[in-house]
Amino acid sequence: MSDIANITKPIQSISKQQCSVGLVEPQTFIYSDEFPLCGGQSLPGFQLVYETYGRLNADKSNAVLICHALSGDHHAAGYHSEEEKRPGWWDNYIGPGKAIDTDHFFVVALNNLGGCAGSTGPTAINPETNLPWGHNFPQVRVRDWVDSQFKLMQHLGIDCWSAVIGGSLGGMQAMRWSLEYPQQVKHCVVIASALKLTAQNIGFNDSARTAIVTDPEYQGGDYLRHGTKPSRGVALARMIGHMTYLSDDLMGDKFGRELRSGSLAQGEQSSPEFQVGSYLQYQGSKFAESFDANTYLLMLRALDYFDLAREYGDDPVAAFQQACCKFLVVSFTTDWRFAPARSREIVNALIAAGREVTYANVNSAYGHDAFLLPVENYEKIFSAYMKRIAEQAVVEQQGTSHD
Amino acid sequence: MTSSSQSYRALENWVTPGSRVLDLGCGEGQLLDYLVRTRKVSALGVEIDQQKMVSCVANGISVIEQDIDKGLGNFENDSFDTVLLTQTLQAVRQPDFVLQEMLRVGKECIITFPNFGHWQARLSLVLKGRMPVSRFMPYEWYDTPNIHFCTVKDFEALCETLKMRILDRHFLSGAQLDLSVSDSIRFAPNLRAVNAIYHVTRG
Repeated sequence: MSDIANITKPIQSISKQQCSVGLVEPQTFIYSDEFPLCGGQSLPGFQLVYETYGRLNADKSNAVLICHALSGDHHAAGYHSEEEKRPGWWDNYIGPGKAIDTDHFFVVALNNLGGCAGSTGPTAINPETNLPWGHNFPQVRVRDWVDSQFKLMQHLGIDCWSAVIGGSLGGMQAMRWSLEYPQQVKHCVVIASALKLTAQNIGFNDSARTAIVTDPEYQGGDYLRHGTKPSRGVALARMIGHMTYLSDDLMGDKFGRELRSGSLAQGEQSSPEFQVGSYLQYQGSKFAESFDANTYLLMLRALDYFDLAREYGDDPVAAFQQACCKFLVVSFTTDWRFAPARSREIVNALIAAGREVTYANVNSAYGHDAFLLPVENYEKIFSAYMKRIAEQAVVEQQGTSHD
Repeated sequence: MTSSSQSYRALENWVTPGSRVLDLGCGEGQLLDYLVRTRKVSALGVEIDQQKMVSCVANGISVIEQDIDKGLGNFENDSFDTVLLTQTLQAVRQPDFVLQEMLRVGKECIITFPNFGHWQARLSLVLKGRMPVSRFMPYEWYDTPNIHFCTVKDFEALCETLKMRILDRHFLSGAQLDLSVSDSIRFAPNLRAVNAIYHVTRG
């Protein structure tokens, strides 16, 4: 989600050559039928950009779906060009020999509907008006993402995901998959996620939204038509978010009360600037350059509106009784945005629903961002879980070939 | 699987085929793996050590990270057919509390523990005046995870206090929970058993 890798030295550096899926090229899936959304509106079709890593096997049984978080996209691993400085956002965990081992799995990662990285969203042209959708793009929910991902799955000729995997908002999609398409998911990996957001979480998101919509450049959401860009609003929104993805300890260790300029000594006139502020501002501005404001608002709302058990009498146990797959749930000790207690709620509901679940609360200083970063026990448990899936697949294949 | 050398035939017959089994302090999941293979149980482990959890996961055993000293509040009454606690009773903070929680969550429970009433342990304390250190209990008193040792008699007294009904029990002459390796002891178990294994339910 954020850029903590810049300020924190990873445990192991992954070079461009080693354990990388290498150069990858995005593809586009076009769905031309009417697509009803759960908000009541419908889209006259859509397109999704996606990337794949690894090879789909003959019986198409080794596919896994990666669901991205708030500001993620389809570029989850590898490089788009030799010049690209940083690999895809989950390159730490996708690649040959990595947790999601591309020597075994065929990995599908997409930019969700409503995104701004190439999939149909607020920056796309509304065919009815020939103008950008902007803030008129219909609100999509996690359920709509899952439905549109299902269309992509059909397009790829995949009958069943070996695993659907996601962190944070991505974990919410993975859980929704397990309920809506129980026969199409064998394993569901839910990392640093929640059954629904808490009031505090919604509060953070609302502050971020307010930062965007009160930027005069936002123009009531019509900035694309006015040729303006609410960069300051988006940057501020990102600063608020970014802060919550880090832990207090990590920020303390990295920045402390260090000043970037000025002085706090008595008798000096300068206005001091803290390092932490300058870091957050840099992250915010960088994000605002590339991320569309209406898309950010849409993603934040999708996050807020998600409630796994809403349609199941607000009972997560009843909800998970719809699922057939096995679950891996992981949380991180210093994650206060999606706290371990939220993951335990998922786990307890799964146990009560009689589902098979493995759960670890991994020690990490990285806060919520830990799910993107190399963390030793997270890597070990995640890898062991995925490896077991791969081994079982081989056993099953041998079983059927003997029949 | 590291458990190939280990066998659990002493308790295997107490586990109903196809039943739902919870193992507290499941370690690397050897026992659950054994029961999945021999009794086709639906297995869940509880473990606090993530390195051991990794082994569980590698063996396909579902495992939850949880501190059993903090109770089993997240498990509903009667949600498992059998709850297991093998060689862990002596390492928990409140054995009576853990046993009560087990009886609440499981319809039946299986508990195994090293018998501190074994003659060697007694001899060590009486003759040497030292806390016993043996092949089966290889720790010094200051670094042992085993903080609540009990004897066979102690355990049965606690069963009575907690109104636990003993369905069956075995006293084993060795550390292995396998009746073909460890002899079953009938005479003077509190003195001669290295390990005790109980099948209990609510009284």
